[in-house]
Amino acid sequence: MQKLTSRPMNVSRRGFLAGSGALVLSTALPARMVRAQGAEAPAVQTLLELRPDGTALLRSPFVEGGQGIFTAMAQIVGEELDLAPEQFTVEVAAPGAGAALTGGSASTRSGYEPMRQLGAAARAMLMEAAAQQWDVDVAELTTEPGAVLHDATGRRAPYGDLAAAAMDLPVPTDMTLRDPSEFRWIKTSVPRIDVRAKSTGAAKYAIDQEVENMLLAAVQHAPRLGLTPASVTNQSDIEAMRGVHSVHLLDGAVAVVADKFWQARRAVEAAEVEWTEGTAEWPMPADFSSSAFRDTLADAAGDAVEIEATGDAAAALAEAGTVVEAVYDAPFVVHGQLEPPSTIARFNDDGSLELWMPNQSPGQFQAAAAEAAGLEPAQVRIHSQSLGGFFGRHFLYRTANPFPQAIALAQATGRPVKLIWTREEDFLRDAPRPLGVARFRAAMGPEGPVALEATVIGEGPTQRWYGAPPGNDASASEGISGKSYAIENTLVQQVPLPNPAVIGYWRAVGHSMHDFMYEGFLDELAAAGGLDPYEMRLSMLSGNDRLHTLLTRVGALSGGWQPGTYEVDGTTRARGVAMASPFGSEAAAIAEVSIDGGEVRVHQVWVALDPGQIVNPAVVEAQVQSAVALGVSQTLVEELVYEDGEPTARNFDMYPILRPDQMPEVHVDIVESGAAMGGVGEPGLPAVGPAIVNAVAVLTGQRVRSLPLSKHNFG
Amino acid sequence: MQLTVNGTTRDVDVEPDTPLLWVIREELGLTGTKYGCGIAACGACTVLVDGYATRSCVTPADSVEGAEIRTIETVEETETGRKVVEAWVDHQVPQCGYCQSGQVLAATALLTETPNPTDADIEGAMSNLCRCGTYNKIRAAVRSASEA
Repeated sequence: MQKLTSRPMNVSRRGFLAGSGALVLSTALPARMVRAQGAEAPAVQTLLELRPDGTALLRSPFVEGGQGIFTAMAQIVGEELDLAPEQFTVEVAAPGAGAALTGGSASTRSGYEPMRQLGAAARAMLMEAAAQQWDVDVAELTTEPGAVLHDATGRRAPYGDLAAAAMDLPVPTDMTLRDPSEFRWIKTSVPRIDVRAKSTGAAKYAIDQEVENMLLAAVQHAPRLGLTPASVTNQSDIEAMRGVHSVHLLDGAVAVVADKFWQARRAVEAAEVEWTEGTAEWPMPADFSSSAFRDTLADAAGDAVEIEATGDAAAALAEAGTVVEAVYDAPFVVHGQLEPPSTIARFNDDGSLELWMPNQSPGQFQAAAAEAAGLEPAQVRIHSQSLGGFFGRHFLYRTANPFPQAIALAQATGRPVKLIWTREEDFLRDAPRPLGVARFRAAMGPEGPVALEATVIGEGPTQRWYGAPPGNDASASEGISGKSYAIENTLVQQVPLPNPAVIGYWRAVGHSMHDFMYEGFLDELAAAGGLDPYEMRLSMLSGNDRLHTLLTRVGALSGGWQPGTYEVDGTTRARGVAMASPFGSEAAAIAEVSIDGGEVRVHQVWVALDPGQIVNPAVVEAQVQSAVALGVSQTLVEELVYEDGEPTARNFDMYPILRPDQMPEVHVDIVESGAAMGGVGEPGLPAVGPAIVNAVAVLTGQRVRSLPLSKHNFG
Repeated sequence: MQLTVNGTTRDVDVEPDTPLLWVIREELGLTGTKYGCGIAACGACTVLVDGYATRSCVTPADSVEGAEIRTIETVEETETGRKVVEAWVDHQVPQCGYCQSGQVLAATALLTETPNPTDADIEGAMSNLCRCGTYNKIRAAVRSASEA
C-alpha cells in the first residue's frame, strides 16, 4: 500500500478555478487499488469548493451508484468543516482531478481520514480569515454550522462571506480533528442527499443524457465473442428504414445509427448478418458449455499453487480414520444492473473527445478511451454519471463496455453518438462472475475439524484484468482462504485453469461463492462429527473475541440459535448459520427457510455486521439489506448457462432475479468493534447463501453443493 | 397521432407500434421513465394509463391514443402521489434509484385504487424488480403511505 501524505492544498487561484470567488482546497487520497494487486496506486486529488453563498461543492473521488457514498463524503467533510451535509452538492471528480476506483467496498474507509482533514483545513482557514477581518486572536473564535463566531463581541460571519478572503491564506499544517465523542453527523443516520430526486424521476443517469445534434445507435453483437460481421445481406433494406442514418460493420458487431434509439434498434435487429471468424483476445470456443466447463474444473489434475497453510494437512489427513470429501460449484452470474449500459461520444472542434458513460474507474476509462480514439488521455474528458446499479458491472472489461463502439461511430458519422446496449446485448457481452469450483477434504476430531484441505480451481478476475498470479489472486480464493476458524492443519491451494469466458467482478467477488462452499462444507463436517453447527463454530472461534462476539450477536438477534426443525404458521422451517470475513469487515448470518411447492422459500435473514467503525448507520443498514437481496437472489435463482459458446438467457425472462415476493425480512445488527474501518457494500452478501443452504440441509436432509437452489427438486 | 401525457395533448410523429416508453423518452424528452428490459419483466418503465400501472416498454403508442397518460414527472400533482413520494423519502427507499420511478407509480396506482391495501394487495401490485433489493423498504413505505 502506497503511503501518501494527505495534507490539503489551496488551489483557489489555480487555472480554471481562478476568479470563481470560491475557496477551493484539494487533497491527496491514498488510493486503494484493492483489485490492482501489484499495480502502483496513483495519488488522486479531490476538491472542496466553498462558494460565496455558503454552500459547498465536493468533487468526490468515488462514483455514486446507490451505495450512499456522496452522502457519506458530505457527512465526513461537513463534520470537520462544520457545515451541514445538506449544504453540499456532490459530483464525481474528473480523471486526474480526484477520481479514484470505486470498488472493493473501499470508498469510505480509504476516504475517511483525508476527507476529515480536508474539512478541518477549510474550517481553520475560514476562522483565520475571520480573525484577520475582526483583528482578534483566532483562538477566540468558534464555529456553528456554516458560520464563524466571536462570542466576546457577538460577531458572526457566514462561511460564504469569508470564502474569498480565505482563498489567500496558507493551508494550516497542524489541524486538530474533532473528537469522535463530539461528532454531530458522523455515526448518525443523516438522510441521503439523493433520495428525493430518485423518488420523483429527477435523477439523471448516463442513459438520460443528451448532447446537441446527437444521433442514436444500437448494435447487434456477434452471438459469440470472436466472430465478426462479414456483411449485412439486407443492408440496403435497413438503410431505407425510417430514421436510419447509416449502417456500420464494427469489430464483433453491427451498428445502426438513426435519429432515435427505437429506430436504430428496430433496424439493427432486422439486420441479417453473415458472421465470420475474426480475431479476439478471448475468442469463445464454439463448443463451450458451462456444464462441461464445470466438470473440467472439478476433474482438473494440474499442479496446485499454495495460498495459505497451517500445520501439516496432508499428514493429518493421511493419518485420519475417516476423511470427508466434497466438491462444490457455483455458476456464472450476470450483474443485472437495471440501467442498461450506454455511452455518448462527442468529438469537439479542437479534436478532444468527451464521453458520458457509467464507469467505476474514470482514470482507467480515460486511458482506454484515449487509446481507442488515438488521442492523449488529456484530450479525453470523462463525465462520470450516477450509476443505475453497478455491482461490479462498470469496471473496464474491454469487450463489455460500449464506449469503444460509441467512439468509432462518432468518428464514422462526424456527429455525437449515443449508443445504448439493449438488455439482450448487455447479457451477451457482460463480464459475468466466473463459474467456480472447489474440492474439499477434511478430518474431524471430537470437537471440530482437525485438518482441512481446500483446492480452488480456475481463474479469478484479478488475474484476468490485472495479471495477479495464481496463489496471489484473492479474487480466485477469498472466502475459502482468509477464514478465521482455528483448525490445526489446513492447506488452501489453487489449480489455475483459464476461463474461456470474459469474466468480471461481481458484488463480493470471490466471497460471493467461496463462502458458500466453505461454510456449507463446514456444516457437512459438523454433521459428520455429530456436532451442532452453531456451537461448533463458536468453539472454533474461542480466543477470537471479535468473531465470537459477532456470532453470539447474530444468534441473539435471531432470538437465540434454534437447531432442528420447527413449525410456524403451518409450515416446517429450519435455520442455518454461516460467517464471512470480506473486505476488512466481519459478517455472520442466520437464515430461516421452508419448502413451498418444491421450492425453497427464505422467510427471515438475520445479519450481524462488524465493519469496525461506521459513518452512517442507516446507509450501512440499507447496504446490508441490498447485499442480502443479491445473496438470496444468486442462491435461489441465478445462473448464466452457456451452450454452444452462447449464453442461453438474454434477458430477465430466462434469467430470473429476485422478485419482491421472494424477499425475506432482513434484520441487521451493526457491531462497531472499534477495529480498523472495513467495507460495507459487499460484506453483507457472502454469509447469506451458505446460511440458506445449511438451513435447507437441516430441513430436507439434502446437502446442496451446486447453486442455484432452483435447479434442485425439494418436492 | 395524438397522445395525452401529463395533461397535455401532443402530436407525435412515430410509427404506430413504437413503444410508449420511447415516445415518452425520445419524443417528449421525459427521462424519468426508464428503460430496463424491454420485455415488461422489470417494471422500470411503468407509467399510469388511465390510472393503471402500465409497462410502457411493450405498450404500442397507438394503443393509448385518447388515454390519460401520467409519468413520474407529475406524480406529485395528486394527493396520493405526494403521499407516496413523501413515504419514499421518509423511508429512504432508493439506492441506485433506477427502478424507483416505476416503483413510486406502481404504489400510486395501488393506493389510488385501494387506499387501504392488504398485504396480499401490496404483494400483487408491487411486482417491479429492484436489483438493489430495496423491497423491505418499499413495502414499509407503501404501508405508511396508505396510513398517511
